[in-house]
Amino acid sequence: MSNKERIHKYILNNKNIVLDINSGSVHLVDDVVYDILDYYENHTLEEIISFLKDRYDEKNIIEAYKEIMILEKEGVLYSEESDISNLKYNEENVIKALCLHVAHDCNLRCSYCFASQGDFKGDRSLMTLDVGKRALEFLIENSGNRRNLEVDFFGGEPLMNFDLVKELVKYGRSLEGEHNKNFRFTITTNGILLDEDKMDFINENMDNVVLSLDGRKEINDKMRKTISGDGSYDIILPKFQEMANKRGDKDYYIRGTFTSYNLDFSKDALDFYDKGFKKISIEPVVTSPDMDYALREEHMEQILKEYEDFSKEYIKIKKKDKDFLFFHFMIDLKQGPCLIKRAIGCGAGSEYMAVTPQGDLYPCHQFVGNEDFKIGNVFDGVSNTKIREEFKKANVYNKDKCRNCWARFYCSGGCHANAYNYHKDIMKPYEIGCEMEKKRIECAISILANMEE
Amino acid sequence: MKHIKTISGSNLKNTLAKGGCGECRTSCQSACKTSCTVGNQKCENR
Repeated sequence: MSNKERIHKYILNNKNIVLDINSGSVHLVDDVVYDILDYYENHTLEEIISFLKDRYDEKNIIEAYKEIMILEKEGVLYSEESDISNLKYNEENVIKALCLHVAHDCNLRCSYCFASQGDFKGDRSLMTLDVGKRALEFLIENSGNRRNLEVDFFGGEPLMNFDLVKELVKYGRSLEGEHNKNFRFTITTNGILLDEDKMDFINENMDNVVLSLDGRKEINDKMRKTISGDGSYDIILPKFQEMANKRGDKDYYIRGTFTSYNLDFSKDALDFYDKGFKKISIEPVVTSPDMDYALREEHMEQILKEYEDFSKEYIKIKKKDKDFLFFHFMIDLKQGPCLIKRAIGCGAGSEYMAVTPQGDLYPCHQFVGNEDFKIGNVFDGVSNTKIREEFKKANVYNKDKCRNCWARFYCSGGCHANAYNYHKDIMKPYEIGCEMEKKRIECAISILANMEE
Repeated sequence: MKHIKTISGSNLKNTLAKGGCGECRTSCQSACKTSCTVGNQKCENR
């Protein structure tokens, strides 16, 4: 790898930002340093002075050059990549997280649903207590030394099988002490069936709740319709506002999807904020490229600009309200994950699996319904070890497109399901997703840089 | 330094020694469900 690919520099939100790719260090630099970096690896100081003398005085150039040298020596600029080419990952096949599809049924009919309006292309069905309990036992049996285990109640719509959710939380808690485990339960819901009892139960027992809604009323109602074909916004919004209020200090996200119909999605995030929500996620739709609402190359310029414009607005709000969070603008530069985690990514198919109502195991919720990806079931365990191995090998060192990408240790190779949807190959990242992710990382770091002041 | 302000001087290489314990959260599980973002997670082994 040449030196050139060891750093990534860009200007955004009035900051000259330099990322040292391999160490993860981030520097804010002035104009003279920013310009010297174009030549630093391949030219002598004398040459650089001659290139830049019209713009900066010589003393300034020498001083800046010396500062770059110091950081290079300290290993936080132009640092070399660690050799972890023989990366050993999860050799014990430990599983730490399950997505439980407690209901393959839904009480909404969202046009863009990746789960085929809740049934995942199969019969509408609810998970039984027998399967649910077995799933929790399966997780504990396969979790090795990991103490924290995650279980997300997902669907379809999990509130359609909420009695089971309650029973499983109780059962999970009863297993914790004996096995020295800590379950972190989360739930993802469309809110239609939320009532006070359910809210109280969720608040008492769930580490996080994901509330699905798409932002502005007209945007939401275009895609998220009730079974009778009406808009769902007016039913859901008041329930989510109450839920967010009751949540107190505990985590929640109000989570929307954007499509080609709302490329101005920052308006949806800001509409959420105006309605009283602080923790917001708006995600690009995952679908096949031939759908009318799919995000395509022709939309990219507008989407990237939208992220940049939103980052400017975000800084303004954030300076007044530190609780305002947009999931994709969050980044942890100081306490972030280790290199191994960054190389591996989400862990789907190995550490993380989805469980259908029948107890079948899939690499993640996005693959459920595609029989080719069925990897076993909670009663007999993982039988298709070939699929598991393929997912384990899908890391940033093995994917050609990630190998030299500056963002590889932030995005960690991207979403396998996105890659598969577009290329029928989990080793080939979804390019549109890559471009959006890179822009979000740039925005996130520029936001931090502005908040440092 | 006059020309450079380092806002994060971390070195990922140092995390190799005790990295990979796996106690951190599954990146996609709790908020996004459709796009892997690892850089915004916290390490739980410090």
